[in-house]
Amino acid sequence: MPTIAASVDDAVAAIPDGAMVIVPREASGVPMEATRALIRRGVQRLHLVALPTSTLQADMLIGAGCVETLETSAVSLGEFGPAPRFTAAVLGQAIRIKDATCPALYAQVQAAEKGVPFMPLRGLIGSDILAHRPDWRVIDNPFGNNDPIVLLPAIKPDFALFHAPMADRAGNVFFGRDREALMMAHAAARTIATVEKLYDGDLMDDPAMSGATVPSFYVETIAVAPRGAWPLQLPDHYPADGTHLAEYAKLAATAEGFARYCEQHVYVKKAA
Amino acid sequence: MTEFRPEELLADAIMRLIGDVRHVAVGNASPIPALAALTLRERGGGKPYVSLLGSRRHMFFTDGGRELFDCAGQGRVDVFFLSGGEIDGEGNINLVSIGDYDQPKVRFPGSFGSGYLYYVVPKVILFRLEHSRRTLVPKVSFISAPGGNEPNVHRTGGPVGLITNRCLFSFDRARKRFTLASVHPGHTVEEIVEHTGFEFDRPDDVPVTPAPSAETLKLMRETVAPQLAEVYPQFAQRVFGVELPKIA
Repeated sequence: MPTIAASVDDAVAAIPDGAMVIVPREASGVPMEATRALIRRGVQRLHLVALPTSTLQADMLIGAGCVETLETSAVSLGEFGPAPRFTAAVLGQAIRIKDATCPALYAQVQAAEKGVPFMPLRGLIGSDILAHRPDWRVIDNPFGNNDPIVLLPAIKPDFALFHAPMADRAGNVFFGRDREALMMAHAAARTIATVEKLYDGDLMDDPAMSGATVPSFYVETIAVAPRGAWPLQLPDHYPADGTHLAEYAKLAATAEGFARYCEQHVYVKKAA
Repeated sequence: MTEFRPEELLADAIMRLIGDVRHVAVGNASPIPALAALTLRERGGGKPYVSLLGSRRHMFFTDGGRELFDCAGQGRVDVFFLSGGEIDGEGNINLVSIGDYDQPKVRFPGSFGSGYLYYVVPKVILFRLEHSRRTLVPKVSFISAPGGNEPNVHRTGGPVGLITNRCLFSFDRARKRFTLASVHPGHTVEEIVEHTGFEFDRPDDVPVTPAPSAETLKLMRETVAPQLAEVYPQFAQRVFGVELPKIA
């Protein structure tokens, strides 16, 4: 049965240096409070997998020196422009980047869900994405005739980490419409979820909710984090805090500004 | 003639390129294509289907982000939009970096879904607002997705055109070459030649991109702008004056 941790900091304590952690795109419940907790703890050498893209979360983890390898299709701040710490780290060769394309990451995670070693994917042939991925292969479709197709190895993360609207006390986690949470929990060895609130009752009892719930079977730890995606959106619950994101984009343009941002918003825990 | 904003002209031109189709999908960082797709849907009384990435209301997918790609792989997405930090004359796009990949001089966000969607969506409309020799280059540094492939590579899709702040190009897939299709009001063919880094064909008489009609402008401003604000609040505020969402 999953543990309900006393705090978000406690919940992410299980993630060791060097772990492979998968996190969702901005629309699918980005665990920002947990991200701040990881930075506070000073986690290092993460292999961060963004399913299939990331924004503020990857930029902050990279800026704080937590990431050794980044596997993603893109990192930007969306309407607030390029992701400055990501860009600086790639230009300064401070992280190892494994460039992908969105459906490749989904396919690789699906392979892990199924317990198979690889998945085929169309596209990619003739691109430099493929040229720079020695871990990807091209074979001739064994059911076709002169039909090259790319094979992608499974991605089996050590941890899935996401934020969701609620969980019940048995550890079932309601995610709503975006199924990234379910994919990640299926694929990862261990799952840590932060939630807006606890639900009094059994999420699996209500068919309107059970189909949008990660069963507790796949979940290891839950922590309650109200507004835990802030300053990003939690779709259906709250929008992104544009004023704050604009301030971040401005400050994070330099390493010094990013450090100042962290002093203000990461290392000092907000009063409850 | 009604006054219009550059964004409205571009969206109107994109609407004509989209044409009569069943399903238009719009990806990340694409507010002008989103404006075009939603306006077309309003005008068509609900046709075409529009899937706006990042939206709750303008998106029917219920299987997570992967559904767009699965849907496209089956041929159920007719139109998609891609951009590039660099785009070259053969329709290759670069969303990754400039210079040596391992020691880049410039880094862009990344390839997003381009390394797949460019191959499987029949009509891919390229858009790059900055029309300069920096962005429209003879040869891209990194191919996120190629304009074309060897004949034995499964390819049901590819580029049909490229729209910029100065003009519209059409793309001939067999010849892997752009043709100047129209020049936006206030711009000239000479200026296009001066600011384009790749070679392209052009007819003797190049038409001017038509201005949007008063009806289209009314739809964009009154009906579509508030819809757009869900996914592109900053854009909707800047271009149409839609109020930004309140943060509790």
